[in-house]
Amino acid sequence: MAQTYISLLNRAFDESLNNNSRVMLFGLGVGDVGAVFGSTANLQSKYGSERVFEIPLSENAVTGMALGLAMQGFRPVMMHQRADFSFTSAEQIINQIAKTSYMSGDVYKVPLVIRMIVGRGWGQGPTHAQSPHAIFSHVPGLQVVAPATPVDGYYLMKQSIANDNPVVFIEHRWLHQTTENFIENEHVPDLSEAKIMKSGKDLTLISLSYGVIECIKIAEVLLELNINAEVINLRSIQPWDKNTVLRSVEKTKKAVLLDTGHIEFGLTGEVSSTIYTALFGLLDNPILRFGLPMEPTPSSAALAIDHYPTIEKMLGEIKSHFGFKYDLSEAINVFNEKFPYKSKYKDQPDVGAVGPF
Amino acid sequence: MNTALINMIKKDFDLSDSRIQMLANLQLIRAVELLISEKYTDQIFRCPVHLSIGQEAIAVGVSLNLKIEDKVVSTHRSHAHYIAKGGDLFTMLSELIGSPLGCCKGRGGSMHIFDKAVGFMASVPIVGSSLPIATGLALAEKQLNSRHIVVAFIGDAALETGAFYESLNLAALKNLPILIVLEDNGYSTYSNKKVRWPDNKNVKDTVEGMGIAYYNGSGDDVEEIYTQISKITSVVRNNKPSLVHLDTFRRYEHCGPSLDDNMGYRNSEEIESYLERDPIEILGNKMISSGVISELLIKKLTSQINHYVENTFISTLQQNENYSNQFEMNK
Repeated sequence: MAQTYISLLNRAFDESLNNNSRVMLFGLGVGDVGAVFGSTANLQSKYGSERVFEIPLSENAVTGMALGLAMQGFRPVMMHQRADFSFTSAEQIINQIAKTSYMSGDVYKVPLVIRMIVGRGWGQGPTHAQSPHAIFSHVPGLQVVAPATPVDGYYLMKQSIANDNPVVFIEHRWLHQTTENFIENEHVPDLSEAKIMKSGKDLTLISLSYGVIECIKIAEVLLELNINAEVINLRSIQPWDKNTVLRSVEKTKKAVLLDTGHIEFGLTGEVSSTIYTALFGLLDNPILRFGLPMEPTPSSAALAIDHYPTIEKMLGEIKSHFGFKYDLSEAINVFNEKFPYKSKYKDQPDVGAVGPF
Repeated sequence: MNTALINMIKKDFDLSDSRIQMLANLQLIRAVELLISEKYTDQIFRCPVHLSIGQEAIAVGVSLNLKIEDKVVSTHRSHAHYIAKGGDLFTMLSELIGSPLGCCKGRGGSMHIFDKAVGFMASVPIVGSSLPIATGLALAEKQLNSRHIVVAFIGDAALETGAFYESLNLAALKNLPILIVLEDNGYSTYSNKKVRWPDNKNVKDTVEGMGIAYYNGSGDDVEEIYTQISKITSVVRNNKPSLVHLDTFRRYEHCGPSLDDNMGYRNSEEIESYLERDPIEILGNKMISSGVISELLIKKLTSQINHYVENTFISTLQQNENYSNQFEMNK
């Protein structure tokens, strides 16, 4: 049965709390009527307010508190309804959480999760739409994961909670109403394993989080135009699955990277560098990179259209960069037919929820 | 206190007398700090050090009230806290040398002393940042219903950080078994409180206003501190978060092995007043005048402790010979 991202994440929390009495959930909204977009619904009444609770608006202290709990063997999940608020606790995350195991001579394990939700559209603007996966991936001692689908979210959250090291869990707001069939006991990838969402031979599209959904759409359009693209969902950003990426690009000899963060000093540069180093001289074309420009994300729906790389724009750039022969207006027609989109503002996902969110 | 040291001094001294214990601990910490100071210029301890000379009474008066299962979180000025909590001198000196035999395998140095085995949970040199972690440790104790408490040592500059206020709010909200020990030495590096705190700042009102019990006193008289903390810890054990504000002084420079009287940020009157406030002198004089110990016996205790510290240092160097040889080879 198809289930939403939120319902599967709620299930992941429920099962984790049930399996291990040391698991705790807290953050702004965890115990309120909104229940962090519904993801923590019913958990406080089921497991009690000592394990599932609302916090004072002191993200820095609460993040340090999560560290202290983890040092004593608890498995806390701290959450932020917008990732941007986690920057108030950058000191605890970067100086303390990331380094405690190392500094203590490996005496401590630090099994905690910091869940960060990334906003987009509907006026989120400069301080509610940042995806800090590259920032935290730059810090040794942190693992960073970013699910792209409901089932991804379910397994990554369960594995992050069960993991003995601190995990930053980056979750795109536009995934919340997406649905997926959930079949239990299917192959469960490791926490740091990438997933090939669609295999192909002509071109490799590599992305994370909601960018994977966009890459799948691009690949489906290209397939109608007789170009068979492979789509890689990184799932884990730090560490990232170099083997899966290199194996694919070695086969297709063409790579496109799509980041949900800003373009410079980020994921696309890191992945490109690894590909170039390993496959120097074997590529048909230079790597094509998409990401957000080096300016803060605007609030205005009109300005946001130019800020995010739209699928129409990417289809055009992929054509010209790799010299594909398809007709761009035909490609855009195929895209519109396959993925009809009703909102004229283009600042909300084309499935499920409409704003405000 | 280390077993080897206890064995050395127990023949001549009655360690069941808490004053003897206090004096021995004070002298041990002082001897270690003076050794670090003396050897520092030989480039053996290759990391920044923040000495506790002058502030020892607080570490001792607090820690003699703690069980090994009680937790301590310290700051950049961690040596006294670690030794008083029963930390191992060999692993501490090895850590300062940067050796893999150190309590953090040489990864932490003086500013990041961690030793979970003695409940010395962390040393956090980013001022104020220890407190959020301490609240988490305390919440864990409460969840486990352990009746163990968490002691977080902080300096006066921590009161200038946001983490302090966030943590007090958390501690009060959750009724945590946490004791914050504020060692107020009046200086943040070279800056006196006068340039950091408004004249009308009232720490007591601030702390009590946030729902935390407040106590204060002198940080020089270890017996007074011991008695005061003994009462406070029994309250804290019943999940009543508290802060104790103790006035103390830092005899040496903020960071480094030396006196810095020549720098002029503390005037000579202030520096002279430190001599009368020396915790070892205060306790020793009280013990002599009440007939607990003679001056001669105090000298004997000092000499035995110095001997122990010197021996531990020599054995630290010997056991870390392989580590030191790596550098010889690169010469």
